[in-house]
Amino acid sequence: MGFSNIRFSIQLFAFSLYLKLAAAIHPSFKARLKEKDLIVQVKVLDNSVGRYYIFRHGKVTSKSGIHPKPDVCMGFSDAALGCRLLVPWRDQQEQTDSMKQFRLTLSGPDELTYWFMETISLMLNAGIKWGTDMGSGVKRYVNNSNAGSMFVYVKDGRIIRITPIEFDKSDAPSFTIEARGKKFTPPRKSTLSPYGFSLKSTVYSPDRILYPMKRVDFDPQGERNCENRGTSGYERISWDEALDIVANEIKRVKREYGPGSILSSTPSHHTWGNVGYYLSTHRRFMNAIGTTQVVANPDSWEGWFWGATHHWGNSMRQGGAEGYGTVEDALKDCEMMVFWSSDPESNPGSYAAFESTVRRQWLQELGVKMVHINPYYDPTAALMGGKWLAPRPDTGNAMALAIAYVWITEGLYDKEYIASRTTGFEKWRDYILGKEDNILKTPEWQENETGVPAKDVRALAREWGTKKTYLGAGGGGNQLGGACRCATGLEWARSMVCLMAMQGIGKPGINMGNMAVGTPMDTRFYFPGYAEGGISGDIDGTASAIYLYQRMPHLPSVNTVQQRVPRLNIPEAILEGHAEGYPNNTKIIEGQFFKFSYPAPGNSVIKMYYKYGGSYIATMNETNRFVKAYRTPKLEFVVNQAIWMEGETKFADIILPACTNFERWDIGETCNAGGYIIHNFNKLNHRVITLQHKCIEPLGESKSDYQIFLELSKRLGLSSYFSEGSTELDWCKRMYEASDLPTVISWKKLLKKGYYIVPPPKEELKSPCAYRWFAEGRKKDIPEPFPLPADYTEEYLSGLQTQSGKIEFECSSLKRFDPDDPERPLISKYIPSWEGPHTTELYKKYPLQLLTPHPRFTFHTHNDGKDSIINDVKEHRVLIDGYYYWIVKLNTKDAEKRGIRPDDLVKVFNDRGAVICAAHITERLPQGTAQSPCSSAIYDPIGEPGNSIDRAGTINVLTSSRPIIKKSHSTASNSCLVQIEKWKEQ
Amino acid sequence: MAKWNLIIDVAKCEGCYNCFLACKDEHVDNDFLPYSAAQPKHGSHWINILTRERGQFPTVDVANLPVPCMHCDNAPCIKKAGNDAIYKTGDGIVIIDPLKAGGQKEIVNSCPYGAISWNEEKNVAQKCTLCAHLLADGWKEPRCVQACPTGAMRFVKVEDTRVKQMIAEENLEVLHPEYKTGPRVYYKNLYRYLKCFIGGDVAFKKDGAVDCAEGATVALFKNSQKISEVITDNYGDYKFDNLEENSGRYTLEIAFKDYEGKTIEVDLAAGKSVGTILFE
Repeated sequence: MGFSNIRFSIQLFAFSLYLKLAAAIHPSFKARLKEKDLIVQVKVLDNSVGRYYIFRHGKVTSKSGIHPKPDVCMGFSDAALGCRLLVPWRDQQEQTDSMKQFRLTLSGPDELTYWFMETISLMLNAGIKWGTDMGSGVKRYVNNSNAGSMFVYVKDGRIIRITPIEFDKSDAPSFTIEARGKKFTPPRKSTLSPYGFSLKSTVYSPDRILYPMKRVDFDPQGERNCENRGTSGYERISWDEALDIVANEIKRVKREYGPGSILSSTPSHHTWGNVGYYLSTHRRFMNAIGTTQVVANPDSWEGWFWGATHHWGNSMRQGGAEGYGTVEDALKDCEMMVFWSSDPESNPGSYAAFESTVRRQWLQELGVKMVHINPYYDPTAALMGGKWLAPRPDTGNAMALAIAYVWITEGLYDKEYIASRTTGFEKWRDYILGKEDNILKTPEWQENETGVPAKDVRALAREWGTKKTYLGAGGGGNQLGGACRCATGLEWARSMVCLMAMQGIGKPGINMGNMAVGTPMDTRFYFPGYAEGGISGDIDGTASAIYLYQRMPHLPSVNTVQQRVPRLNIPEAILEGHAEGYPNNTKIIEGQFFKFSYPAPGNSVIKMYYKYGGSYIATMNETNRFVKAYRTPKLEFVVNQAIWMEGETKFADIILPACTNFERWDIGETCNAGGYIIHNFNKLNHRVITLQHKCIEPLGESKSDYQIFLELSKRLGLSSYFSEGSTELDWCKRMYEASDLPTVISWKKLLKKGYYIVPPPKEELKSPCAYRWFAEGRKKDIPEPFPLPADYTEEYLSGLQTQSGKIEFECSSLKRFDPDDPERPLISKYIPSWEGPHTTELYKKYPLQLLTPHPRFTFHTHNDGKDSIINDVKEHRVLIDGYYYWIVKLNTKDAEKRGIRPDDLVKVFNDRGAVICAAHITERLPQGTAQSPCSSAIYDPIGEPGNSIDRAGTINVLTSSRPIIKKSHSTASNSCLVQIEKWKEQ
Repeated sequence: MAKWNLIIDVAKCEGCYNCFLACKDEHVDNDFLPYSAAQPKHGSHWINILTRERGQFPTVDVANLPVPCMHCDNAPCIKKAGNDAIYKTGDGIVIIDPLKAGGQKEIVNSCPYGAISWNEEKNVAQKCTLCAHLLADGWKEPRCVQACPTGAMRFVKVEDTRVKQMIAEENLEVLHPEYKTGPRVYYKNLYRYLKCFIGGDVAFKKDGAVDCAEGATVALFKNSQKISEVITDNYGDYKFDNLEENSGRYTLEIAFKDYEGKTIEVDLAAGKSVGTILFE
């Protein structure tokens, strides 16, 4: 017997001692051993060394040798490998490689193999300590969310409060920016969005799904009654029954119809954390069974992605602007900030809560002038003050062209920059001067379109042309939401780029931003963001391959189904069996040109829908389409894995109860979206990386998403592959080890404290300001890894992603793709909205332009409804006759004309449907305009679902499913003509 | 002795409801005896956000006024309550004892600020405690102040003599001083909610085009007395703020370059947008 064999046999013996020792010290582990009786063999595959462990009545005994019929068998290709892997400090890379090469095998029923692996994990983790003792039986934990990072106080197993994190002296210092003789430092705490404070009430919501349920008239062996989805009730079933039905349906549709027959979709955001995220655990499982892929439209970027990209590239930023160093630059040099469809106090561009509010207050303190261009006098305008210009919805590009007209005719633009940094300006100039269509794009011309007096636009243009100005376009200031999501959204976003080019973007004090993005954060410290796919191993479909796949050794996953369906056309795919779309491929500018069709060659149409959470019914345009798609027998099976009974949940046949991230382990950094929005944490004042504590036990019978997928995996023989033998806490630790955290904080300390603040970079290591390199004609020196090397025309790092390497007023990519597309001309032009004042017949019938922005008081549908305390926010819902109604805002005169008084119930309607809302009457909107955010978590049709009036505020019932332009996959959710009248109960 | 005071800057309140929601997060489902019984999940507003729009499109502004219990030194509720059910702590906080106050519904209407609500389920009157239970635990501020993202709320524990200085230095006011209840909640820029403005813009016509009249002089008169004078900005905009509602007739005199001056009469009810005054 060689040395390795001897050593291995000793280790195998020691292993049984460890098990016994852990059981003696930790009662929880002792209890664990009582769960199952089984025999586990661990051996070298050639049977040269082995020991088997007998788990019986809570006791473990072991014997050297090979058992003839073990329940579970773990085999190593050689004893030396066994020695290296059967220790807590094993090399994860070798462990993963051994699994890939079948040098490490595990056989036996999934139920037992995973139990054994989990038992090892529990043995190693028995006795871990987490959280801070606050006295009086209160423990303070740490967690994270779309709304920011938080402390969670727990007493007697129940959350009692959720607060922002107050940093202490042991945490890294905050950044300080010196500008104009002053020093600016942010407060020493995290901020939370309003809905962050509602999370406790949603955890304990009466709408929590606490046990698995089956639709009462659904029988997988007999009548399915698919057309009753949404109306018939539910009955409680056991987990075993629910999981058996789902696993059997997965097998059945694959057997009967083949690849593509399963569709799975998620809300575009979910509970926070790199392990439990929809791109992580969910993706890992779905890739393991093979599902039709849902291609998301760039729903918060539309105009930037389909339009602005062609002028300056930035495809991986979905066409938005670079976002580094702009906070310091603006503090130092900006004289005026123009907020254009930009309301960061309501939405600073996702997940960033109120981090940037204080920074805008610094600008205020410095006396920087502010201008707000938005049909709605938004909270940012109300807080900051300054000039408000209110163009009619969908007409902003007319104003942009008129501003350019003033600059051109009065010489108020940077001619040198235009000459050296841009191409095609003459073409745009000639269009603006009317040489193409005999229409001078004067401020007077725009007045007819926008309703904004010509004099005001002239005054703005003159001030803008003479002051160092920041343009905050969209919620994030460099993209997102608002005007980019309307029928003229492409042309508007395109003009934003062109205007900035005319003013010399990148020169000191001249840039794109509204202080929401561009703080001095350390971009060199690595922690994975959610777009890196977490534990998915999805090297094709996420950004895993760039960093995380190498840094966290784990098994890869590949979705074997190539069929794709455009998200906005899921209903057509299901109901009509056909859909077409354009991809959200951000790798290159041209990625968006490759049209695809559903069904894909050789694939089945969709027969089963595995829905993960709610929110399509609420956030997707012309929502009733989705309702109808659920109520068809063409869809043979629908399972929804959900935390709450939201509007969409009740269209499932089987409901699997998931728990919130307060009830399971996870790890994640606030605002870190990974490649989706790279370095998105530079929206924050502090980089906050959190070990998201399991604060309480899952409510009722609910389980973590990981646990649910694991249970299904067991029924599909996939559990070893899916889990790699890791629990969620193990995955957290693997994620920790993959990051730079081990160089600055021990696992034990992180586990206890729950968070780590990444120190701001030293002065010399701060990222340079966005576009400064471009303005000064240097190589790109900001820390973003795109464009890809081959996408540079000249030398690597020289110039932009466009063919010319410059900002192109006339887009070469569009010239190559479709030079004659009237919907997307080569230069930005004014194309009246396809659903607005120029659509005369429709406008007569529906004379109000309805804006449906991102909501301020809920993140998608997560925080609304559910009997949450958010319902009591008077700006969110209004309680009338015992029912919380969604709010629609309209102008005083429009209300008077219709006899509508404050808090009257009104019917908001058009040909697509009707929604009952409570009226808020306001002077914050011009006449002819109404406003009501999307995202009601409740869908409450008063008659047949999909064909009757909704009274819960599903405002997207009203928005059009027409894409902004045909050659896109996009939503124009802010182009929606409606009529509003007093609601009289029938 | 130093006492707690809450200072709220109306100009900094953006109506985000973080204070209101943090209050609910703290108090719904949580009893903190002897300071408070749990707040009902719905319907109660221990800190009530009042929102007011002023002016007419497009000359508008918006102010939000958070109204918690005023923690009056001369609190009518204390007098109203029997059984010593309401008392003032040594550091200035008014507490309704949730046990002693049971059944005393009349307490609710004793508050002229409407800051007390009735908890039907618990049969007790309730209101903001300034999170006295947390202060007792060593917290430096209540949940609402911690949650505020704009710094609109400050919580200070100082001697009353210092408060007097702060009132003078920072121009602090109390809401409804006429109630004479001695509130410990002070407001800055309260005019943004309570008072109104006259505003508008001045324009001129030259070579057929209308432009904003920057640098026009706009003077405001009341009873022939000049109250204020401003110069219009580059949009021709002017604004006279901090005027009393329903304060009657005002006269605006507008002068711009060589044009003949204009006089406009304004009858001020609530906030007034005069619209565009055009020089031709």
